[in-house]
Amino acid sequence: MEKIMPAKDRLLKSGKNGLGNEMRGKVLVILCAVIMISVTISITIFLGTKGLQSFIKNGVSPIEFITSTKWNPTNKANPEYGAFPFIFGSFAVTFLSALVAAPLGIGAAIFMTEIAPSWGKKILQPVIELLVGIPSVVYGFIGLSVLVPFIRENIGGLGFSLLAGTIVLSIMILPTITSIATDAMSSLPKSLREGSYALGATRWQTIRKVLIPAGLPTLLTAVILGMARAFGEALAVQMVIGNVRDLPSSFLDASATLTTIITLNMGHTTYGSVENNTLWSMGLILLIMSFVFIILIRYFSSRRKMQ
Amino acid sequence: MSTITTARTVFDIKDLNLWYGNHHALKKIHFPINKKEVTAIIGPSGCGKSTFIKTLNLMINYVPNVKMTGEINYNGQNILNEKLDLVELRKNVGMVFQKGNPFPQSIYDNVAYGPRIHGTKRKTHLDEIVTKSLMDVALWDEVKDRLHTPALGLSGGQQQRLCIARALATKPDVLLMDEPTSALDPISTLKIEELILNLKEKYTIVIVTHNMQQASRVSDKTAFFLMGELIELDDTSTIFSNPADERTEGYISGRFG
Ligand SMILES: Nc1ncnc2c1ncn2[C@@H]1O[C@H](COP(=O)(O)OP(=O)(O)OP(=O)(O)O)[C@@H](O)[C@H]1O
Ligand SMILES: [Mg+2]
Repeated sequence: MEKIMPAKDRLLKSGKNGLGNEMRGKVLVILCAVIMISVTISITIFLGTKGLQSFIKNGVSPIEFITSTKWNPTNKANPEYGAFPFIFGSFAVTFLSALVAAPLGIGAAIFMTEIAPSWGKKILQPVIELLVGIPSVVYGFIGLSVLVPFIRENIGGLGFSLLAGTIVLSIMILPTITSIATDAMSSLPKSLREGSYALGATRWQTIRKVLIPAGLPTLLTAVILGMARAFGEALAVQMVIGNVRDLPSSFLDASATLTTIITLNMGHTTYGSVENNTLWSMGLILLIMSFVFIILIRYFSSRRKMQ
Repeated sequence: MSTITTARTVFDIKDLNLWYGNHHALKKIHFPINKKEVTAIIGPSGCGKSTFIKTLNLMINYVPNVKMTGEINYNGQNILNEKLDLVELRKNVGMVFQKGNPFPQSIYDNVAYGPRIHGTKRKTHLDEIVTKSLMDVALWDEVKDRLHTPALGLSGGQQQRLCIARALATKPDVLLMDEPTSALDPISTLKIEELILNLKEKYTIVIVTHNMQQASRVSDKTAFFLMGELIELDDTSTIFSNPADERTEGYISGRFG
């Protein structure tokens, strides 16, 4: 056994050791932070310069790029670079899937925290974790082999459609929304529920008039995070949406999104060509949108802190 | 012990027993509570004060594995009877908690919450209730210019008074308070005590407190609980000057608890 030192010595000795560790720890952590930040900045700068090249170097009109519905980059005589159908497709599937998944996810969260906390959580929690763990290619594959034929036979159209993309994305973002919404609801203090019940409110009144408003900033954050995921998802959507260059005129029309066009075309366009550069421009739009989502999330969480 | 039931009795508790699982937390409680009196409940930590007060508006129902026997007669109706209208009971028996718990909404919406859920819709009527309730708790002058700002911007003492106003807004006749000042500074505490003395004219008040001075300052009756039993219930002056039970005397003179 080690000899017991006087308290003073012990303190001094451990103090020295602690300081050494302190320095090493600090350096390590700073290093990690620096790497993270520089990677992010590099990607942003790279995507920024690459994304702007089509406009600056190749002379594609940014207005045309954002607003025109004609996408025909391979036409040698008269190439057209209107990405609006894809921008529209991205926003459409994002908002539609959020519209489907937000009520479902928030509803499930309320069910787990307020209605049946004991067994509701026991069943739904693993289900959600499972849904998160399924890779997107599997979602796409199931969508392709089950959903697309189902829509074709029972609803109409080709099956490859905005609708199919929306449904697949809804299921994919459901766990994100549900798990954050569940945290939001279960982190609300018990005293809020007590206060409401003590005034004679029913459970439903308490949920609707106290708990949901109190959790709203976080619930909105949950929905935005879900939307960010939907906006960026490529593979699963690409497998079911049909990938056409025309603007869809109904739910059942095939469509395309920024991400699906990028994944489909990045392989067979040559680096530096106009078409390849316009793909980078689409990537830039994705990056800008993800900044927008981050700003929104920041805004909501600052509102939450104010409460 | 003066346990004579009269027309002045609002709550008449008879032979109330309560178990948390196997833990016998309230034992054979007989407890009449008189109209327009302040009844203070004192006793060492864990003796069942909160448990008791939570049975009066059945907030105890939210605790799992609770079993009760006996009677809690509220205006002649046994509220342990299954056919009870909980909404009606809680409208009439308001509760204020240890720590102010305003909803993260505006001051106005906090006070209007009760009336709204009980069906009051007219703006003028709501305005009237909000104004009156805030005046009753002496908060009106402090907040009348910012009724629509967040309630959580108020100080701790103001929040607690707001919660009292919120409880008053449903026009209850009984107000239950579980250590309403234990999280407050002395001045806010004093304000709440003054408030209790004023409210006494219109409401029956049951207050749990660890503060003997507070009990003697605000209450007409004092009940001493010990290990789930009601040891003594009498006029506050009697309890503090000449208690019948030596355990009561021991507690108030600070020998234990
Ligand atoms: N939810 C519960 N489940 C199980 N036992 C409980 C529960 N709540 C209280 N008890 C027990 O019942 C007894 C009475 O508790 P209670 O909270 O009524 O005491 P109290 O007099 O209010 O104490 P304090 O002065 O500390 O607030 C205690 O022994 C406590 O441990
Ligand atoms: Mg207590």
